[in-house]
Amino acid sequence: MAGDAATPLLALERLEVAYGGIQAVRGIDLFVGKGELVCLIGANGAGKTTTLKGITGLQPVSGGTVRYEGEDVTGAPAFQLVRRGLAMVPEGRGVFGGLTIEENLAMGAYTRKDRDGIRADIERVFALFPRLKERRRQTAGTLSGGEQQMLAIGRAMMSRPRLLLLDEPSMGLAPLMVQKVFETILAVSGEGVTILLIEQNAKLALEVSHRGYVMESGEVTLAGDAKELLHDPKIRAAYLGVGA
Amino acid sequence: MASEGRPPGLRSPPFRGGRSRNPPRPRTNAAATHRGPRLPPTDPSRPLDIFLQQLVNGLTLGSVYAVVALGYTMVYGIIQLINFAHGEVVMIGALTAYSVIVALTGAQVPLPALAIVLVGAMVAIPVCMAVGYTLERTAYRPLRKAPRLAPLITAIGLSIILQNLAMIIWSRNPLSYPQIIQTVPYHLTGNPNGATITNVQIAILVTSVAMMGGLLALVYRTKLGIAMRATSQNPVVAGLMGVDINRVISLTFVIGAALGAVAGVMVGSYYGIAHYQMGFLLGLKAFSAAVLGGIGNLAGAMLGGLLLGVIEALGAGYVGDLTNLCQLSGWFDALAQRCASDPNVTLFGSNYQDVFAFLVLILVLVFRPSGLLGERVSDRA
Repeated sequence: MAGDAATPLLALERLEVAYGGIQAVRGIDLFVGKGELVCLIGANGAGKTTTLKGITGLQPVSGGTVRYEGEDVTGAPAFQLVRRGLAMVPEGRGVFGGLTIEENLAMGAYTRKDRDGIRADIERVFALFPRLKERRRQTAGTLSGGEQQMLAIGRAMMSRPRLLLLDEPSMGLAPLMVQKVFETILAVSGEGVTILLIEQNAKLALEVSHRGYVMESGEVTLAGDAKELLHDPKIRAAYLGVGA
Repeated sequence: MASEGRPPGLRSPPFRGGRSRNPPRPRTNAAATHRGPRLPPTDPSRPLDIFLQQLVNGLTLGSVYAVVALGYTMVYGIIQLINFAHGEVVMIGALTAYSVIVALTGAQVPLPALAIVLVGAMVAIPVCMAVGYTLERTAYRPLRKAPRLAPLITAIGLSIILQNLAMIIWSRNPLSYPQIIQTVPYHLTGNPNGATITNVQIAILVTSVAMMGGLLALVYRTKLGIAMRATSQNPVVAGLMGVDINRVISLTFVIGAALGAVAGVMVGSYYGIAHYQMGFLLGLKAFSAAVLGGIGNLAGAMLGGLLLGVIEALGAGYVGDLTNLCQLSGWFDALAQRCASDPNVTLFGSNYQDVFAFLVLILVLVFRPSGLLGERVSDRA
C-alpha cells in the first residue's frame, strides 16, 4: 500500500506557476508514489489549486518540471494527460449540467473504446451511488451539490485512471455528504488508484491519507507521514483548530 | 434570365446583396404575382390555393434557412461566436456547384441531371468544409480568449474578404445555373390552376429534413455529439475528460460549413442563380431564424428557419392585398376614381419580402430575447 518512492507516479520538481506577474506557486517539490493517497493541504489562497492547474496544463508553468510516470509532461494539455491515465475532479465539481447523468459518465470514459467495459463501469458507479442510478436520465444540473460531487468522482473513475487528482471534494457540502465523499475516496484508493487530494479540511484529509504536504503562500512548508502531521503541534494550531 | 418552368424567384432573386440591382416590380396584386407562373394571375375564387402555394414556397425557403441557421447556432453554441462569414460559406457552395455543373454540362458528360447536381454538391461540400476549417483555424482560434467584440468584427471582415475573393473568381455578374433539371409540378388540390409543389421543392424539403435528422442523431446519439455538447457547456472540464477541444470546435465549423454547402446548392438550383453577394442577405435571414428559435439551440434553429420562411412567404404574398388602398375607396372619392381604372393601389408590394425577416428579428429581440426555444438569456456580443 505504501508508496514506492523510487519510481513516483507523479513528481513535481521546483514547480512554479504564475498568474500574470504574481507567483502563486513558488518552486515546490512533491511526489506521489504508485498506490499512495497523498494530500496537499493549506489555507485558502495557498496555491493548492494553482498547483493542480500547473500539473494539468490548465495554467502555464513558469518554471520547474512535472513528471508523470518518469516522463516530463510539463505544459502538456489536459486531454493528453487523460489519455495517459490521469483524471481530475475539478474544483466546484464541473459536471455538465445540461447532459444527463449517463452522458456525464460516458464523457468520463471518452478516451476508452471498450463499450462493454464502459457499460460495466457505469453500473459499478451506480452500485456505488444508487442515487445516481435513480436519476440516470435526468440532467446533472438537477442534482444537489453532494450528488454532483458523487457524479464528478464517478465520472473521473470512468477513465480507469492510474492517478486521480481531487480538488477540494468537500467544498460546499453538508457534513454528512463530506463523510460519504471521504468514504468513497478511501474506497477508490483501496482499489489501487493513486490519489493526490487537495483539501482545506486538513483533519479529514490527513486522516485518510498516507502522506501529506502543507502549503503556505505558494511554498511547501511541511511534508511527511500523514499521521505524524496530524499530531504535529504547528499543524494542530494552524489547521485543526486545536491549541498547541 | 427568367424562363417558363422555373421557380418564380428567378425573376427577382430574393437573395441579393445589400444594394438592389433589380428594378422595382410593378405594384400589382402581390398575392397573385409573387409566386409561380402556375399560379393563376387572379383566381379570387380559390384563396385556399393561394394560401397553400405560399405555404409550400415558404416551407421550401424556410427549410433552406433552417439548414443555414444550424451553422450559425452550432458555432454559437460551442464558442459563443456569431460567425457572420457563414452566409459567405453558403455562397461559395452555390458558386462552386455552379462551376462544376457548368463544366459538366458544357463537356456534355452523359449523366442524368440529378447526378450532375449531386456531383456539384459533392465538390461544394469539401470546398466549404475547407473554407470553414480555415476560418476557424486562422482567424477565430487565435482570438478564442480575446474580448468577444474582436472575433465578431473579425467575422464581418472575413465575410467581406470572402465576398471579394468570390467576386474575383466568379465575376460580379449573377450567374445562371444551367437549366438541366426539368421542373415537374404536382397539384395539391383539384384545381388545375391551383397550388402545386414541384419536384425541386420536394427534393429541397426532403434533403433538408434528412440533414436536420442526421445532425440531431450526430449531436444526441454519438460520442462526438456528446463531446460537442460537453465542450459547449464547459470546455475546460471537457478537456479534463480527454476531449481535444480544438478538434471538436474545428469539427463544429466543418459540419456547419458542409450543411451550408448543401444549402447553397439548393438555393442555387431553386432560384437558378448564384451571385457573390447572395450570402449576405441569406446569412442575415438565417441568423435571424437562429435568434428566433433561440441561438445555440438546434431544434430552435430548425423551427426558426421554417417559421421565418413561412412568415416571409405569407407576408410577401398578402402584404399587397392587405395594404390595397382600394379597400378604402368608399371613403375617398379620388381613390374611388383611381380604383375604377386600376383595382390595385397597394402601399407595399411583395418586394417588401425582406422586411419580414428583420421585423421578426426585432420583435424577438424586444419581446423574447432568448428565442422561442432558448432557455437562458445570454449576453450577446
